Amino acid sequence: MSNYRIQGATGEWEVVIGLEVHAQVTSNAKLFSGASTAFGAEPNSQVSLVDAAMPGMLPVPNRECIRQAVRTGMAIEAEINAWSRFDRKNYFYADLPQGYQISQLYHPLVGEGSLLIEADEKTGIAEDKVIGIERIHVEQDAGKLMHDQHPTMSYVDLNRSGVALMEIVSKPDMRSPAEAGAYVRKLRSILRYVGACDGNMEEGSMRADVNVSVRKPGEEFGTRTETKNVNSVRFVMQVIEYEANRQVDVLESGGTVDQETRLFDVATGTTRTMRSKEDAHDYRYFPDPDLLPLVLEDDFIAECRASLPELPDAKRTRYEQELGLTPYNARELTAEVETFGRFETLLSATASAIGKDEKAVATQVANWALSVAPGVIKSLGDEADVSNATAERQASILAMQDKGEISGGQAKEIFEIVLKEGREPEEIADTEGLKQVSDTGAIEAAIDDILANNQDKVEQYKGGKDKLFGFFVGQTMKAMQGKANPAVVNQLLKDKLG
Amino acid sequence: MTDLTKLGVKAIRDGVRSGDFTAREVAESFNAAVAEAAELNAFIVTTPDHALAAADAVDAKRAKGEDTGSMGGVPIGMKDLFATRGVQPPAPSRILEGFTPEYESTVSQNLWDAGAGMLGKLNLDQFAMGSSNETSYFGNVASPWKLEGSNQPMSPGGSSGGSSSAVAARIAPAATGTDTGGSIRQPAAFTGICGIKPTYGRCSRWGVVAFASSLDQAGPMARSVEDCAIMLGAMAGFDPKDATSLQMDVPDWEGALNADLKGKKVGIPKEYRMDGTDEAILASWEQGKEWLRDAGAEIVDISLPHSKYALPAYYIVAPAEASSNLARYDGVRYGLRDLPEGAGLQDMYAATRAAGFGDEVKRRILMGTYVLSAGFYDAYYTQAQKIRTLVSQDYEKAWGQCDLILAPTTPTASFPLGSMNKDPLTMYLNDVFAVPASLAGLPAMSVPAGLNPDGLPLGLQLVGKAFDEQTVLDAGLAIQQRAGFDHAPEKWW
Repeated sequence: MSNYRIQGATGEWEVVIGLEVHAQVTSNAKLFSGASTAFGAEPNSQVSLVDAAMPGMLPVPNRECIRQAVRTGMAIEAEINAWSRFDRKNYFYADLPQGYQISQLYHPLVGEGSLLIEADEKTGIAEDKVIGIERIHVEQDAGKLMHDQHPTMSYVDLNRSGVALMEIVSKPDMRSPAEAGAYVRKLRSILRYVGACDGNMEEGSMRADVNVSVRKPGEEFGTRTETKNVNSVRFVMQVIEYEANRQVDVLESGGTVDQETRLFDVATGTTRTMRSKEDAHDYRYFPDPDLLPLVLEDDFIAECRASLPELPDAKRTRYEQELGLTPYNARELTAEVETFGRFETLLSATASAIGKDEKAVATQVANWALSVAPGVIKSLGDEADVSNATAERQASILAMQDKGEISGGQAKEIFEIVLKEGREPEEIADTEGLKQVSDTGAIEAAIDDILANNQDKVEQYKGGKDKLFGFFVGQTMKAMQGKANPAVVNQLLKDKLG
Repeated sequence: MTDLTKLGVKAIRDGVRSGDFTAREVAESFNAAVAEAAELNAFIVTTPDHALAAADAVDAKRAKGEDTGSMGGVPIGMKDLFATRGVQPPAPSRILEGFTPEYESTVSQNLWDAGAGMLGKLNLDQFAMGSSNETSYFGNVASPWKLEGSNQPMSPGGSSGGSSSAVAARIAPAATGTDTGGSIRQPAAFTGICGIKPTYGRCSRWGVVAFASSLDQAGPMARSVEDCAIMLGAMAGFDPKDATSLQMDVPDWEGALNADLKGKKVGIPKEYRMDGTDEAILASWEQGKEWLRDAGAEIVDISLPHSKYALPAYYIVAPAEASSNLARYDGVRYGLRDLPEGAGLQDMYAATRAAGFGDEVKRRILMGTYVLSAGFYDAYYTQAQKIRTLVSQDYEKAWGQCDLILAPTTPTASFPLGSMNKDPLTMYLNDVFAVPASLAGLPAMSVPAGLNPDGLPLGLQLVGKAFDEQTVLDAGLAIQQRAGFDHAPEKWW
């Protein structure tokens, strides 16, 4: 149970949230035409005759788009509907060339599934929670209107027209802005793991329609509003906070919440009415007669399943159980596709550089990847060229450290030079003198010297004053100018002091 | 030299192939005939250069000893619903004013690839909506036929009325048609020619202006069954650009033509004996049975019990699809734009569509919008789809008893232009016999059966099993051989 509550004049209110996330399918071509989908091209340069709805043009489904939606469905453990159908959603708008959007109302490609959001003290999510997903359907995106090109006219860019979208519809299972934020982040992570969507919210590859209502805890659902096209996690959370508080104010001042479509104003962080229920379109949905029902063959479904990668939840469990990582490290490393990708490459390089199995070096590599390396990179700021930080170079730093050739501090110093200059770690360690002395002869000589000059302390130590051991270590390190391998120093001192 | 315009597809192709005449001579003859026939208003635009260029290419091939193609040297009329690159906005309406397609429909390309040339774009009812050719933005088409002793212009049928008029008038040896609910068969019957609507999906719809996507199907119109078989073979074929295209090989219909119907059973649907059906039509139906029996077929009585619901269901499904298909004509990207002073987007839509569409098109958009509306959808569209399924099931059951079905094509012969367009419902009844096969997606053909007492042609309709155009064509050939229909309208244009 979430304990997020709005404190109203009449008591506490609970927020009920459902999200419809539109995710652009990663595909070279549009859903029903061969036109390209690259972002940022010249207006109207990626438009086929089909996208422009020229007379007599017909849609033909793109196999790859369907495949990605099916794989996404599998990743949220949803029912895959081997028989689905496309419907037309009819309305007039200048960015909608056909006068209808091809979507799936009656028979979506993907049925019910679910997604796990994790407990997070920082954001107030008390415990792990499963959020239900109602369906995923596939549909065409519309074009874009440009209002800033002409004083009295609007221009239309059809590059996006016909691009494949998945609409992922959650159940009204979320109860706080934090849960909604965690849901969107987790969904984005899964989409990126699967490779079905790049998750780039700034470029509009992912956007959410946010359904919010409020109720007194335990009562029936209230009337909801839908805020359209919200394009960041932070904005999703802002919309919920604003809408929930606005609705509570309306209800507590004796009003009623209108079921309506609203728009989010990024500048003010508020929402406003876009169209009321009375103005709602009658979309006149009906099966698209240009398309036959979409029937998935067993082989196709099997290939979709076989091509799924290890997903975040499974990977996190494996990191904990097989690699022995802490729950925190496991979660941090598996949250994003890039993070685990870098980690696994480095883990494998380090294990082979050291000559141990991955489990034996996993914690060392995880600490390096999550804390040491990012710390160094951050401290260097613009001076760091992260492309210099190859897995091989980082692995060789970790290997030197593992063998005791360099200290932790030296590892950071070497990494700094790697980042700035792109040199090889071994060479840096040699030329810059960034190596620990493990040569027992040199250390022994230094120790003998110190023990000879501190006979009194040696006696006291032997008489039981154990604390003096640290003094001898410090003196030895000082004599070695900090470059002695502490483990060797310890061992030699213990031997000599008896 | 023979008058080349008297020749059909097969005679022209074979004559060019064997060197009896050149393709250029054929194209020039037809170009001249077309130029003389402006009074029929069958063509919206003529393209003599296209016909000549195609003819020259065929003659050049022949000179090199190459194959001249299954339609080599045959100049045809192209119904102006097919996009042809650089020529004329398709679908005669004002809304496409100024638009010229930069693409070629699959069917027209297939025909050019087979050696055909284009005489011009043929008139039709606006967006193929009509049964009399009185709804075109470019004016009515007149049939070459006249009532005996009358000078009234007669309807060539619709919507492929430019096609039927041109082929019957011998200004084109053949023409393309499209059939949504009888638009090939009814005009063929009205003008004494043959026309076949193949199984839904045989001919690609890519590049054909859509009326009702689940029903629209292209087909040939010509003066003989053989010519239809040849031309259908050139038009048909799987097209990856049309998701409803049949992924099947195109049979050699021409080569397999066989008028011997021994072993075939022909079903006679009792529900087609409707009140108001013309006596002459019923008589020709009886005659048709005799001819098919004579060709070796067995005649059996069958029942298609849901036939009477087919027309109402059609007038829900077709307008519903049309209302959506025609939404793209909005004045935003191409064609007519009517932007009144100070108008916004909604005003532009209203003004453009009010000015651009004719009354019949508007009527069907309104009907279609209505039946898809919230609260009416289940009562109309869903019910109509159920009827469509029942109609298909009627045929499935009938195929247990017979191999094809014989019926009249239309309930009446042609009528004078202007005599039927006061009441849309009366006009819609013209397609009562044609619509069931459209709803079921079955191959159906009209062949001439004779003249009625007024001297107007009558047609007989053959409906076959899905993908079995061959049996339909074979039975058509059997009727053709026995009917001996060699009437031609007297030239008055």
